[in-house]
Amino acid sequence: MSLLQIEKLTRNFGGLSAVSNVSLEVEEHELVGLIGPNGAGKTTLFNVLTGVYTPSSGRVMFQKGDKSIELSKLPPYKITRMGVARTFQNIRLFKELSVLDNVKIAMNHEARYGLFGALLRVGNYFKSEALIEEKAHAFLKEVNLDELAETKAKNLPYGKQRQLEIARALATGAKLLFLDEPAAGMNPQETHALTGFIKEIKEKMNLTIVLIEHDMSLVMEICERIFVLDYGKLIASGTPDEIKNNPRVIEAYLGDEVEL
Amino acid sequence: MKNYLNKRNLITLVALAIIFFVIQFMIKERIITAYMRSNLYWIGIYIILGLSLNMIIGITGQLSLGHAGFMSIGAFAAAVVLKTNPTLTGLFIGIGIGILISLAVSFVVAVPTLRLKGDYLAIATLGVAEIIRIVLNNLSITGGASGISNIKMLMSWPLLFTFVMLTIFLTHNFKNSAIGRACISIKEDEIAAEAMGINTTKYKVIAFMFGAALAAMAGSLFSTTYYIVKPDSFGVNTSINILILVVFGGMGSLSGTIIATFIIGFVNIVLQPYAEIRMILYALILIIVMIFRPQGLLGSQELSTKLLPNFKWKRKEKSS
Repeated sequence: MSLLQIEKLTRNFGGLSAVSNVSLEVEEHELVGLIGPNGAGKTTLFNVLTGVYTPSSGRVMFQKGDKSIELSKLPPYKITRMGVARTFQNIRLFKELSVLDNVKIAMNHEARYGLFGALLRVGNYFKSEALIEEKAHAFLKEVNLDELAETKAKNLPYGKQRQLEIARALATGAKLLFLDEPAAGMNPQETHALTGFIKEIKEKMNLTIVLIEHDMSLVMEICERIFVLDYGKLIASGTPDEIKNNPRVIEAYLGDEVEL
Repeated sequence: MKNYLNKRNLITLVALAIIFFVIQFMIKERIITAYMRSNLYWIGIYIILGLSLNMIIGITGQLSLGHAGFMSIGAFAAAVVLKTNPTLTGLFIGIGIGILISLAVSFVVAVPTLRLKGDYLAIATLGVAEIIRIVLNNLSITGGASGISNIKMLMSWPLLFTFVMLTIFLTHNFKNSAIGRACISIKEDEIAAEAMGINTTKYKVIAFMFGAALAAMAGSLFSTTYYIVKPDSFGVNTSINILILVVFGGMGSLSGTIIATFIIGFVNIVLQPYAEIRMILYALILIIVMIFRPQGLLGSQELSTKLLPNFKWKRKEKSS
């Protein structure tokens, strides 16, 4: 069984089919790219996969241990608890909070006390808080952000903000990660650093990653397989080399040949 | 228990004890007049109200315009009980009943409206406060439109101090817990919070009910301080007055709310002789503060004893 199975997924907005009849599978520990021209439905697909939108038809299955879970029936926060997390095209950090607090919020499910424990600081409160603090620092060390732990997220340089967003998604304990244009707005050096970072965390934490990206150098360099969407439909899939030479992909990006 | 006993908490505790006994002494020696004392009670009660509303607006980012409604539930619950049982026990029973009713009402309002994203809560709470007011106006047990008067006056400095400290303790703990972090993340970015595995509806409802319960408690104290409660004392105006404290002090800053309440309390005292122009001056002061500090006095920061060592260190550096 593959880790993620998308079966005949469709999402309509009124008369527009933003995602139509898309079926694809992602294997465990794969790094998959999702590309397509603007408005092809890539982000909508991510939004359906992470529960922001419910599908109009079709379903999404996720393999957790030996259980098969239908993600398309769960609200976003439950999907995250299943081990599926995402980043956003336009960065959505908790800007006024420190880097450490951003990560702590992602680890919130680890708190072992209820409302009474919190209000009166009884039971596991101190133990649990200390544990979360320690885990958050250990996690930040692993993603090389620990020296910035007390910095407000909005004061980080752009590349670091992107990096923190990925780190925060990972801190939820995710095994499957959706990255929505992680290199958007980055200069070549930052993109290069990001490429290294994604490769590194993938190996270190045994992740499966699906990423949307317009930067073809990044996509071609790190993706093992690529899916191409156009007008909501899956028009091609294969290795980077196959995609580069696929006439339908070239047509989607550059237009059809015209007889003169 | 041993986790509570660190140096910072001990310093805070000693400082609070000193404040308590100094004011207690001043009241006993009549340095603080009865008039000043009544203002002090006003400040204390509004600190509780401000902090409770800050849980909803400042921490969780949900606009509530009906806080006076929950305050009135507590006020009338205590007034009714105190009429038959004019003792401290009666007051505590009244507070308990007020909190329970307030929790029930806030739950009914919160669950449908807080599932939605956006400012639906503002409209709903505005309506609920009106419903509560009209219900109280027409209930015979609460005395109808004329309300309940001659309520036993049990308010005292130790009682006020206890409840204000209890509120600060609870709200501070709420803010600095996993639940508080979840609430703050909702204010910062609701979609991102949900993507981080946070059940946003649940935490919005918890924060709202927590705020409503504390408001009911403040209401009960209000009725035993001012002898008389009328449904009309808890209209939109009162809700807005509480809102002003939160905005003035800084959204999400507990110490900001406390400082703002003191300042507004003193402004009220100072402006007392200028009856007619009082409201104009009051409005002007608020406008000026909002022009120069749109984020409120403290923004979302807190005053804390953590700042103290830094000050000392800076001073030493200057003198050397």
